[in-house]
Order: sequence, then C-alpha cells, then structure tokens
Amino acid sequence: MVLISALFVQAFQMALVVLLAPLLTGLIRKVKARLLRRQGPSLIQPYRDLLRLLRKEAVVAENASWLFRVAPYLIFATTWVAAAVIPTFATGLIFSWTADLIAIVALLGSARFLLALAGMDVGTSFGGIGSSREAMIATLAEPSMLLIIFTLALVAGSTQLSTIAGFMSSPEVGLRVSLAIALVALVMVAIAENARIPVDNPATHLELTMVHEAMVLEYSGRHLAMIELAASLKLLLYISLIVCIFVPWKLAAPETGPTAYLAGLVVYLTKLIVGGALLALFETSIAKMRVFRVPEFLGAALMLALLATLLRFVSRSL
Amino acid sequence: MTSLSVILSCIVMFLVTGGLGILMSRSHRATPAIYGLSLLLSAIAFVISLMHLATSFVDAPTVILPIGLPWLGAHFRLDALSAFFLLVANLGGTLASLYGLGYGRHEHAPHRVLPFFPAFIAGMNLVLLADDAFTFLISWEFMSLASWALVMSHHRDAGNRRAGYLYIVMASFGTLALLLAFGLLAGPEGAYGFAAIRAAEHAPLTAGLVLILLLLGAGSKAGLVPLHVWLPLAHPAAPSHVSALMSGVMTKIAIYGFIRVTFDLLGAPMWWWGLVVLLLGGATAALGILHALMERDLKRLLAYSTIENIGVIFVSLGLALAFKANGMGLASALALTAALFHIFNHSLFKSLLFFGAGAVLTATGERDMEKLGGLIHRMPVTSFTFLVGCVAISALPPFNGFASEWLAFQAILQSPNLPQWALTIAVPAVGGLLALSAALAAACFIKAFGITFLGRPRTPAASDVSEVDRFSLGAMGVLAGLCLLAGILPGIVIDGVASVVLSLVGDRMPVQMDIPWLSIVPIAESRSSYNGLLVFLFIAFSASATIYIVHRYASRTLRRSAAWDCGFPEGSPLTQYTAGSFAQPVRRVFGTLAMRVRERVDMPAPGDLRPATFSVEQHDLVWEGLYVPIAGAVGFAAEKLNRLQFLSIRRYLSLVFLALVFLLLVLALWS
Repeated sequence: MVLISALFVQAFQMALVVLLAPLLTGLIRKVKARLLRRQGPSLIQPYRDLLRLLRKEAVVAENASWLFRVAPYLIFATTWVAAAVIPTFATGLIFSWTADLIAIVALLGSARFLLALAGMDVGTSFGGIGSSREAMIATLAEPSMLLIIFTLALVAGSTQLSTIAGFMSSPEVGLRVSLAIALVALVMVAIAENARIPVDNPATHLELTMVHEAMVLEYSGRHLAMIELAASLKLLLYISLIVCIFVPWKLAAPETGPTAYLAGLVVYLTKLIVGGALLALFETSIAKMRVFRVPEFLGAALMLALLATLLRFVSRSL
Repeated sequence: MTSLSVILSCIVMFLVTGGLGILMSRSHRATPAIYGLSLLLSAIAFVISLMHLATSFVDAPTVILPIGLPWLGAHFRLDALSAFFLLVANLGGTLASLYGLGYGRHEHAPHRVLPFFPAFIAGMNLVLLADDAFTFLISWEFMSLASWALVMSHHRDAGNRRAGYLYIVMASFGTLALLLAFGLLAGPEGAYGFAAIRAAEHAPLTAGLVLILLLLGAGSKAGLVPLHVWLPLAHPAAPSHVSALMSGVMTKIAIYGFIRVTFDLLGAPMWWWGLVVLLLGGATAALGILHALMERDLKRLLAYSTIENIGVIFVSLGLALAFKANGMGLASALALTAALFHIFNHSLFKSLLFFGAGAVLTATGERDMEKLGGLIHRMPVTSFTFLVGCVAISALPPFNGFASEWLAFQAILQSPNLPQWALTIAVPAVGGLLALSAALAAACFIKAFGITFLGRPRTPAASDVSEVDRFSLGAMGVLAGLCLLAGILPGIVIDGVASVVLSLVGDRMPVQMDIPWLSIVPIAESRSSYNGLLVFLFIAFSASATIYIVHRYASRTLRRSAAWDCGFPEGSPLTQYTAGSFAQPVRRVFGTLAMRVRERVDMPAPGDLRPATFSVEQHDLVWEGLYVPIAGAVGFAAEKLNRLQFLSIRRYLSLVFLALVFLLLVLALWS
C-alpha cells in the first residue's frame, strides 16, 4: 500500500511537470507582453501550439537520417527523467535516489548532446552554427554548474537533491556567503542553459545571433512539438531546482499524507509563478548580448562558482 | 596448472605466433591465421584473469624462471592488481584481433604488422606479470619496441617516420627514467625483486626522487603533459587496431607501472605526491581535450582525447594518494576505484572509437574529417556504435564514462577533510578543470561524430562508400554493448575491482551489489546515489511510450522535402560547418590563452578584386616552450663536441690524463 501510494506520488510528479511546463512558458510570455504594454497571447497558447504541431505532418529534409527523427523523443525523454527526480512539491519521492544532482545535470548534457547532433544532421550552415555555439556555451555552463553542485554538496554533505533540500530548510543552514554566490552563479547558468535573454533570444528567427532556434530550424510537426516541450520542461526544471534549493519552504516530507502534499503543491505553484514573473521582468529589462560576450557572462558565472567552492573548501562556516 | 602458468604459456604462444608471422608473412593465409591465433590466446588469458580476479582475493601465485640475470632469475607474480590489468589488456587484445581479422585484409604490407602484433600483446602481458625490476624493464622495452615497429609499419609516409623517431626517443627516455627509479628502489645491494623492494624501507628523499622519475618514465608512456608530444603523432600512425591497443591498453600498462610502484612498492605515500599527481592530471586533462577539439584528423583527435582521459585517471590517482597519505582509507578506496573504473571504461570506448575511425578509413581512405560527412546513411552500424562510443567518452548517462566520472566527483567531495591547505585549494581547482574537460570532451565528440557521420558528404570519397566487414562490426558491437553494460550496472565493476583496491589501500568501498535496485552508493553517510539501470530504463520507457502515443493519437505522416535552411538552402556541401568552423567559438574562448591563437581576416574594400582571406595561427606551447629549446641545446652541444673528433693524438692523450686527474680528485673529495 505504501509502495503503491509512493509510486502514485512519483507518477503524479511526472505528469505534473509535463503538464505545467507549457503553462509556465505561456505565463512568462504573457508577463513579458504585459510589461511591454502588449496584450500578449493567452496563457494556454503554448498548449494550442503543441497540439497543432502534433497533429500536423512532419516535413523532414531529404538527407535527414534516423538520428534526426529519433532525437526529439530521446531529448524529451531524457529531460523528462531529469525533471522527474527534482523535488517539486515533495522531497524523497520513491525514485528520487535514481539520480543525484550531478546525474541530473549530466542527463541534461545528454539531451544537449543529441540536440547538437540533430542540428548538424541535415548539413545546413544554420544547424552547424547553432550546434557549435551551443557547444561553446555548454563548455562554460557545465563546469560552472558542477562547481555550484560542489558548493551545495559540501554545505549539505550530499549530492542527493532531496537531502540538500532537506538540509536547506533546516535552521542550521544560516546565512552563508558561499551560498549567496552560488545562487547568483546558478541563476546565470540557468539563463544560459535555457537560451533566455541576454544569452539567446527564444523568440527570434532569421537572425545570426540565434543559438537554440538555429539548431531546431529544420524541425517541424510532431518532432518540433517534442523539442518545444522539452525546452519548456527544461525551463521548469531549472526554476524548480533553484526554488527547491534556495526557497525549500513547505516541501512535503516523504509519506506525510495528502494535506502536506496539497500544501506543498500550492506553495510550489506560487513559487513557479513568482519565478516566472521574475524571469520575465529580468528579460524585459536587459538587452540581448553579442554571441562573443556570452563567454564573458558565463566566465563570470564560472569564477563565482569557483569562488563559492573555494570558500567552502577553505572554511566550513562561510 | 595454475592461472599464472596458463597466462605465461599464452605469452610464449604469442611469441611463437609472432615467429609464425615472420615465416608465413608472404602467404595470403597469414592474416586470418595470426589474428585467429591471437584472438584465441588473448581470449584464454582474458578468461583466466577474469576468473582469478573473481575468485581468489588474497592468492598471488609466483613463478621464478631461470632466465635473465643469473643470480636473480625472472620472477612472475599474479596478484589482484595484475589480474585486473591483464583483464583490460586481454579484452582489448581479443577485440583488436577480432577486428584485425577483417581490417587486416586491407593492409597492403601485412608482413610489417603480423609478426609484431602478437609480440606487442605478449610484451604488455609480460609487463603486468613481472615481479622483479629487471624483468619489468626488459618487458617494458620489448613492449615499446614492438609498438614502435607497428608505428613504423607504413614507413613510406614521412609523417609516420617522424612520429616513429619521436616515439623511440621518448620511449628510450622513459625507460631510462624507470631504470634510474628502480636503481634507487633496489638500493646499493641490488635487491631487484619486487618482494625485496616492498620489504625495504625507503628514505623520504629517495621515495620522492623515485616518484619524480616514475612520473617521467611511466608518465611519458601514458601521455602525461608535458611528456605527451609523441602520443598524438605515434598512436594514429599505426594501423587502427594497433592504435586502439596503444591508446586503449598500452597507456594503461604505463598507469599500471605507476600504480605498482606508488601504491605497492614505495611504502607509505607523502601528501605532496598526491598534489603533484593531481596538478599534472588536471593540466593533462584540460590541455589534451583542448588540442583534441582543434584537431581535424579523426585519429589524431582520438589520440589527444586519450591524453585527456589519462589526465582524468591521474587526477583520481592523485586523490587516492593524498587520501592514503592522510589515513583516509575509505576516501582513498573511492578515488582509486574511480581511477580503475575509468581505466576499464577508457579501454572500452577508446578501442571502440579507434575501430570506428579504422572503419571510416577503410571505407573512404580518409582520416581528415573535413573531407567526410554523411556516413550515417551508408555505414549505419559503424555510425551507431561510434555514436555509443562518443556518448560514453563524453561522460553522459546512462553510459559507462559517466559512472566513473561520477565516482571521481564523489571522491573530490571527500577532500575538504584533508588537513593540508595546499591540497584543499588545489582539489576544487582541479575539480573545476575536470568538469571543464568533461564539457569540452562533449563538444569535441559532438564535432567528431557530427562532422564525420552527419550532414552531407563533402567529397566523392565520402559519398561512395559501403559498410565494412562483419568482423570489424562484431568487435565494435561487442564494445558498444560493454559500454552500455558497464554504464547501467556499475556496481559489478566496482565490486570486481574491490579486491585490487583492498590490496593497495587497505580499505574498500561498500559492497554495491547488495544495495536495493542496483544503485551505487559510494559513501554510506552521504546517501549520494546513482542508478544507471533505472535511468536507462526510464529513458527507454518514456521515449518509447512517447513515440507510441504520438504515432497512435497525433500524427504519423512524414513527408520528405528539400532542407529549409531559413529559405535559402545552399546546394554545395562545402557550405556546411567544418571541423575548423565548429571549433571556432571554443578556439576563440580558450585558445587565445592556451594556444596563443590569432585569427586574421583580410577583407578587401568594395571594388577591390583581390580575394578575401582568413588565416588562423595556432601554437603548441609545450612543444615550442620545452622541446624546441631542448632539441636546440642538444644540437648546439653536439656541434661543439664535434670538434673533439678531429684532435691530434697528443691532445687526446692529454684529455685522457685530465679526465683521470679529475676523476681521482672527485674520488678523493668524495671519501
């Protein structure tokens, strides 16, 4: 019985992240539009887009290989598995020990690996430019992320996300310089990883500055739908990751019963709305930077993360 | 018959096979016969070493043969460490022989390869079994010379001759350093047996000197920066299955030598050993992969990536030494397990990738990625297995490369408890370098696979190809399967090397196969866990469920059409991204510092008719900063000493007299 309810909660989380992800994207678009004094599309527009894309036929370039057609599903599945083990409304889900934070980041790395390959499959110059820039961004973002994980793991004594969240909500955390620096670095990495302004523009087309959109340029129909859904899911994942580590309030402990889960869920939704709105606010208040400014931006994140880790290594109290 | 004598007989048979290779080298049946015999012998040695590793934990049989130094004889011993490396070496040997059965048929000078191939495997096995310094050095040199002969098998190419020359110089230098190291270890009495060395007390100064010499000797064979320069030239020059053996296995033999001396013979380590090894490893990893990323020759890219992986292994070894020096047995066991696991993994995926590169070479005749492209359509099996190798070497789940890097990161997280401040500062920095090289490796292998196998064919050589023979495909398929297996069931490997780790650091990781759901949990208290099997099953299940649902309920129609490319598709395949252009952003970010890259764009003004040009200038700082000056100094000294050859008899006699006086003076002052 305990096992069945635990499995149910895990399945609920998996369904929840997939169902919420387009809504979060819609919310961010809506808030951005309102900040620019536009009406903006409706909140559920991403769902409509996805459904429409799913129903259309897929147009595939003549020399596209099997990799091009399989990659969207694998990218989606990998991102989904990564999102399923992040504590959203509850910690200690039954499969949460499948992957720790390092493995979650590596799973996203697998998805990126496939996406970059898919971008090169057709053999167009746009695909190549997207893949090569994505690779460049990843070479800076991934080490920053790992150093942030080092910092968190040294504070909490584990790389397991549920353990970290549990430790961060306990009173012994206190205020630490290293955690503040790690938060800044993590936000910078999250912006770059999700191809948001100022690193990349999710709304652009036909520009030489685009990265993510250039890789998926050849995709259409259901393949494009899977990639769009995976991108929304990744954004949700990163916001969930940040809130579960740095504002772990009201996360339901394992096997606490429906009321705690419900409270956790409501608080989680509120956190997502606030996080999305903050992202929209940040994006409207800053301009997109040139591609070769991105290494400086991410280099700063890397240095901050290294500083945070060094502080942790040198002193236990910082 | 004990397992040791079986393996020794296999080695003798390998040498006989090599002799057979000389006798029947001109026969057309030589290729299948030699590779078939090598396959059989390495398979036997593999099974024996696997059984030895799995069954006997303390049993270390020894044999003394009456050859070699008259008062010493040749000592051989099979303990857990040797058994593990024998397993790696003979697994590589088995699959390289299998691959050679097909690949060797395209060899235009088989008589230059066939005698040396079994001899090379025999040499590697001998190094692993040697139990005295003399046998060890003889075997080591035999292994070097056999592999040198294989590097020189296509000696008509000037590049290969240069590679062979550089290799033999570096190999001799490495053996010289090892000779001095063992001389110091054996002491003035000349106790060359490993048992005697193990029992002796070594002064800290001697031990430190031995470590430095060992880093020079074993490090130059393994490809440690700055002694790596020969490796990216020599490994690709050999036939591809030999490249796989050199990169996948021979570098591991060098690491075996390092582990044997530092963890086994040299006594208790000091903390600064760990620091030196750690820093060298970090530098090697980062520099190796940066060079790999800039490379456009597929096999040379793989060779540079070997240097990176050697760096990763040395980082783990350095951590293990540092932990061991501070009496942190469990952490040391974790770091050493990570190193051994990565050694096993790298032998798998690097062999796989070199086999893949060999298949591409057979099919197209090209190693230059910028002349390839689109091979995925015509070489489906090769490209799939190569893709598996690329994902595995990029340390991505659910494959094996990730499992061992994950263990290395867990070991790094144990290091804040180290008491020395130099280590506490160096470890996170090296951890950052490790993470950086993992990310760069992913970029590098996106490039390797994307440029070679995806896109459109860039030259006719790449468009007119067919899949390679079944033997090659079989060898690559087995390796790809092993990469996945070791990735989803890492617990088996961790428990498999536990006896090795226990014998070297006196502690071991917790038994992993008892943990529910086959997760791996390196340190019980931290509760950090990873479950490759479930990750793999979840990805497989959710991907297939999604595919089923989308195809069943949404749409399944597919239309082929011309590429979209933002509305302006360009017909020529030369407009695709190339290896150079793919690496350009990374080159701009990291290359300006690490390789002093300068890019020059010459864009004529409108109306000017001269062509626009773009040139890149790139330096190998290690080569220019270290080797060119040394070569210059040697040349200069030789030039000066050359005069001594043209003296009169009087001057020679006075020179002899002066030397005698000088030596007597030294002797007088010394005592």
